[in-house]
Amino acid sequence: MADTSPQPSRSRDLDKLLLRPGNLVGPRFEPGPETRDDLQAYARVLVVGAGGLGCELLKDLALTGFRNLDVIDMDRIEVTNLNRQFLFRLEDVGKPKAEVAAKRVMERISGVNIVPHFCRIEDKDISFYNDFNIIALGLDSIEARSYINGVACSFLEYDSYNNPREETIKPMVDGGTEGFKGHARVILPGITPCFECTIWLFPPQVKFPLCTLAETPRTAAHCIEYAHLIKWNEVHGGTAFDPDDPEHMKWVYNEALKRAELFGIPGVTYSLTQGVVKNIIPAIASTNAIISAACALETLKIATECSKTLSNYLSYNGTQGVHTKVTEFERDKDCLVCGPGVLIEVEPSVTLQKFIYLLEEHPKLWLSRASVSHQGKNLYLQAPTVLEEMTRSNLSQTLFNLMGKVTRDIVHVNGTATKNDQKISCMRKLLVVFKGTDGVADMDTAGGA
Amino acid sequence: MAEPKVKYDRQLRIWGEQGQAALEKSSICLLNSGPTGSETLKNLVLGGIGSITVVDGSKVEEGDLGNNFMVDESSIGQSKAKCVCSFLQELNDAVKAKFIEEYPEELIETNPSFFSQFTLVVATQLVEDSMIKLDRICREANVILIFARSYGLAGFVRISFKEHTVIESKPEHFLDDLRLNNPWPELKSLAEGIELNVQDPVAHKHIPYVIILVKVADEWAKSHGGALPSTREEKREFKELIKARMRGQDEDNYKEAIEASFKVFSPQGISSDLQQIVNDSSAEVDSNSSDFWVLVAALKEFIANEGGGETPLEGSIPDMTSSTEQYVNLQNIYQKKAEADIVAIERRVRSILKKIGRDSNSIPRTTIKSFCKNSRKLKICRFRLIEDEFNSPNLPELQKYLTDEDFSTAVGIYILLRAVDRFAANYNSFPGQYESAMEEDIPRLKSTASGLLNDLGCNGATLAEDLINEMCRFGAAELHAVAALVGGIASQEIIKLITRQFVPMSGTFIFNGIDHKSQLLSL
Repeated sequence: MADTSPQPSRSRDLDKLLLRPGNLVGPRFEPGPETRDDLQAYARVLVVGAGGLGCELLKDLALTGFRNLDVIDMDRIEVTNLNRQFLFRLEDVGKPKAEVAAKRVMERISGVNIVPHFCRIEDKDISFYNDFNIIALGLDSIEARSYINGVACSFLEYDSYNNPREETIKPMVDGGTEGFKGHARVILPGITPCFECTIWLFPPQVKFPLCTLAETPRTAAHCIEYAHLIKWNEVHGGTAFDPDDPEHMKWVYNEALKRAELFGIPGVTYSLTQGVVKNIIPAIASTNAIISAACALETLKIATECSKTLSNYLSYNGTQGVHTKVTEFERDKDCLVCGPGVLIEVEPSVTLQKFIYLLEEHPKLWLSRASVSHQGKNLYLQAPTVLEEMTRSNLSQTLFNLMGKVTRDIVHVNGTATKNDQKISCMRKLLVVFKGTDGVADMDTAGGA
Repeated sequence: MAEPKVKYDRQLRIWGEQGQAALEKSSICLLNSGPTGSETLKNLVLGGIGSITVVDGSKVEEGDLGNNFMVDESSIGQSKAKCVCSFLQELNDAVKAKFIEEYPEELIETNPSFFSQFTLVVATQLVEDSMIKLDRICREANVILIFARSYGLAGFVRISFKEHTVIESKPEHFLDDLRLNNPWPELKSLAEGIELNVQDPVAHKHIPYVIILVKVADEWAKSHGGALPSTREEKREFKELIKARMRGQDEDNYKEAIEASFKVFSPQGISSDLQQIVNDSSAEVDSNSSDFWVLVAALKEFIANEGGGETPLEGSIPDMTSSTEQYVNLQNIYQKKAEADIVAIERRVRSILKKIGRDSNSIPRTTIKSFCKNSRKLKICRFRLIEDEFNSPNLPELQKYLTDEDFSTAVGIYILLRAVDRFAANYNSFPGQYESAMEEDIPRLKSTASGLLNDLGCNGATLAEDLINEMCRFGAAELHAVAALVGGIASQEIIKLITRQFVPMSGTFIFNGIDHKSQLLSL
């Protein structure tokens, strides 16, 4: 077709976007080979989750110019993953997802380096997360999203005018799917709403009242939950129910069946039993592909500003036709997570021990078993034992001294909070102000309290 | 081989074993195996599609390694169709995968009958001229066709098929079929046998709301000359009547009754959408009619006769506060009526089949049953020939899109995606494909686009300069992330078309990767 054929290059297509100027781009887009080369050399992205979205994200990012990727996932591969998690084969069942996913993408795409982390997200030091330019979330749980969001927001610092310091913003892209539906969003902490600002987007799961299960069951699900939540404990007392043990699942199924027969209720099947007990969310390859691709594209835009960005929430529904909608959600100005920090005023004489105790009682926090760090230095760690012993002596010292006698500063705490009767681990940023020290009296910037 | 039921568990929960069987029976042909095509097939192969045939005449080049996951360094210089096919096969050995090393454009010209062997053809990255030709071929052969194209940060997906009918459209929010506005005799007599003023407080708060509403509605009708509440004031009064029977704030069944009282007020009979379907000329059936239209013909007769203006009853009821016994009784009453309606429809189906000279048992009972359960939710999708849309688009819609802020970028992309093909036909390359010609390509694309708009009857309409620039900047690049997204949507539509569940998109889906404000355009 053409008179001149260009140099063969692997970034043939991507170069069009990165090397050429455009009018519909971000303010800091600098078209040229340096942008592409810097993206390949320096941009580091963490992919959280190596499941349906994570597998797609790794492939998409690796083919979008990113060469330095990490992936973290605590799960092992199961047979039911194979209909969509395309990096896994039958012979991989039982192996860690993160490791297999990283290996498969590296085998296929030369020049890409992916470091797998087969562990819980809570197992990593906070500093681990700070090493990445962008965090891409491919998760299926609210708790995990909340945790990563808390970590990313903990890096955020505000200047004395309460504007976010740009170099402390840790961008996130987040995807989620359920059947033919999904969402993709961009979170720039301090600028766009964080996960916690819009937590209401995830309505709490509806649970059946226990009295319905025990006294007036009407549906198959009621019979299953009776067997799972009530009958199991009655019969097995000490043994905890394990949803991954097929013997346990079969027992629940049989009990549910008996109960359904007793009450004349139709519809109990083994598949439904698993669905109800494990709260299985249907999942297919196409939706994961769509949502991950949108996330990968936004990751590229955050890194290079080569186009406008999604602002800030894309919802997708493919059940009746194809519906997409972009909503610009607003920040919650009082957000405890991405705001300037929860203001805590204490006397300079307060010991670290007393401070940790105060957090448990604080009406905005209710944080127990807190570990405390300041400027990246651990002041006290609850676990592991070795580190607990090493930091224990700090408990009797004053926080004021431990923080280098500053009048006010940010402190990070990591502990357990109770939410909807559930214990969750969370990370909080606190703005600690010492009463009666210099300049404290006219402190008017503690707006986050 | 893992037990397929376990492997496919997460999707069986969406489209069931019937949907899965339809996928496993189907054969798909892919034209062009760049990332848009290979990502489309990837999602289908994972889901267990029956067979795939990859058609592509090109060889793998260095540049393909940067956007296509289904090739690697060892593929360079080899047939792209072959490499993509073998990588796809790795994903699922239950799928029959083959390839044909030939350019789709040539196949369309030289061997049009080739396409009639497939259930569905997915044509990626085709230019306008080939699209039009292929569309005619597939329409003639009654093969489902779906176009997908990725172009820089833009793209489109478009289905083309004469008629797609859906029984299991599975809408998410659809009113249940309780007939509280038109209860049949057995439901009425069940309600009559239940005393609302029962002494026992436990029994009182376990009367299902369906019974409460049937009784209160009956009471109302008796004192209002047989009519149900219709004015706002009457509706309020009706709710007060229910409230007055409540004994305490903890009676959830009464709260549910008040909340659901609108079901008593809603008009009787069938929806206007369904009315349109039964009035469709295809419902006048003959020996060439599809099973779907035979069923609609039976439905039409049923509504006019034993249905008394209503469809067959769906037969399922939502969960509600109730004692187990009363709930099960209620369920049985609904089930029984639904079954009687199925029998009535079946009788009509059998007789219609006989009348049109078909085997009266040629539609299985399970299909009739499913049709009855879903008769309120039937969907018919008809798609224009691409050529017709290209030559004479729906002008008022087009003009509306061009001036509507929400649609202007999407319609701009639509016009420009057509303009780049005209451009390529004139200048032998896509605008911005080569760096050296960028400067002259921008004004050329601009005038090509205005020429196209004029031809379509939108004289004087212009597109945003920024968008024209952007289109030249894209230079026909096929970016992996865009291809994965466009291919993802194409594969999802294919699944809906083949399983005949859910509702496929109508019109052209325009992907806008600039700010994600994508749109469906009905032209």
